[in-house]
Amino acid sequence: MASDGKEFSSQEYVTHHLTNLKWGKLPDGSWGFAHSTEEAAQMGLLSIHVDAMLWSIGLGVVFLLLFGLVARRATSGVPGGLQNFIEVIIEFIDTTVGEIFTYTNKMVAPMALTIFVWVFLMNLMDLVPVDWVPWTMYQAGVEFHRIVPTTDVNITMGMAATVFLMVLYYSFRRKGVGGFIGELAFHPFPKVLAPFNLVLEGVTLIAKPISLGLRLFGNLYAGEMIFILIALMYTGGVLMFGFGGVLQLAWALFHVLIITLQAFIFAVLSVVYLAQAHEVADEH
Amino acid sequence: MFNLATFIGQSIVFVIFVGICVKFIWPPAINAMRARQQRIAEGLENAEKAERALAESNEEAENVLRNARAEGQKIIDAARKQGASMIEDAKAEARLEGERILEAARAEVSQESNRARELLRNDVATLAVAGAERILESDIDRGKHAELLDQLVKEL
Repeated sequence: MASDGKEFSSQEYVTHHLTNLKWGKLPDGSWGFAHSTEEAAQMGLLSIHVDAMLWSIGLGVVFLLLFGLVARRATSGVPGGLQNFIEVIIEFIDTTVGEIFTYTNKMVAPMALTIFVWVFLMNLMDLVPVDWVPWTMYQAGVEFHRIVPTTDVNITMGMAATVFLMVLYYSFRRKGVGGFIGELAFHPFPKVLAPFNLVLEGVTLIAKPISLGLRLFGNLYAGEMIFILIALMYTGGVLMFGFGGVLQLAWALFHVLIITLQAFIFAVLSVVYLAQAHEVADEH
Repeated sequence: MFNLATFIGQSIVFVIFVGICVKFIWPPAINAMRARQQRIAEGLENAEKAERALAESNEEAENVLRNARAEGQKIIDAARKQGASMIEDAKAEARLEGERILEAARAEVSQESNRARELLRNDVATLAVAGAERILESDIDRGKHAELLDQLVKEL
């Protein structure tokens, strides 16, 4: 718990850990960071989650540097340790994408790689004990700080929406406007029920990016919440402290699976949606 | 808690990162991997080819060896046969030679004994004459009694 002299209640502690560092227009008209949850809530449109963006970009840069360095020095000779590790990931993504996506599009496999590794790195921040960074930042005078970008719904939905835009782009490009609309309107029921079909297929289409973004967000948000609740146990005496320690270790070990799986699911579903966008129905 | 700027910001960052990966990271990495795959495949194929060639040349060497051994055996057999026949010939020749030498020796011996007999006969004739002379104490006329003497010699 952030020990800065004044005592937090459990609810305040949880709320604090779930509040982003928000920069925007303050109620008094000036620009700056919100210093309370009330201030943050009042900011409205002209604001941005600085912590989520910084960690997201930082981890993305880590991914690009790590893979870029290896890719730039990659030779067909005997690979070294790091190159081997990176190539195992690339090979894994290449195989997975090759099984799902059978069309020619040079963008899909690198996109899947970017999503998988980047989302994994963002998820990985969830394993950092929940107080370390927020407490340190608090001591440095920064009121709020969340280090797991994927627990911010805006981050996950931003990626899901971008994937959705790509799906729309390739749907129109591959099938034409008429073809794509036709696919939505004349399926699954006969043409007379076109409006009904359109609503049904439209919902199905919209559900894709929403489920994509919310699945990742939900899993990571819940995971972080449990870490925060476990952290609360550390104030409940020696027995609770020990029990909390065991719980945190167990949950962290289980969470390793979840963060990898969620990163993989996000990447694979994006590829699946893009494959569906490329799929042109057989004309008879 | 929806925040438009974060949402749009993440979308833009996502597009940029994917773009960088598409352009600068994926192609060199995957190309290097494919090239290595190719090299390994070629290497394996070459190894297999070499192994096949080795087996072939082994077989060939064995064949050559087998032929050489058979040839050698044949030569040895022929030589042995030739040697045996040569010994046989030499033996026969030696036998013939020996017989011839024996024959010659025999002839010589008989000739020698004849001659000795002749000499002895002459000597005996002379001795007989000398003996007779002494007995008669008178010269016997060789010319007178040549016929008689020759007869005597022949009788001896």
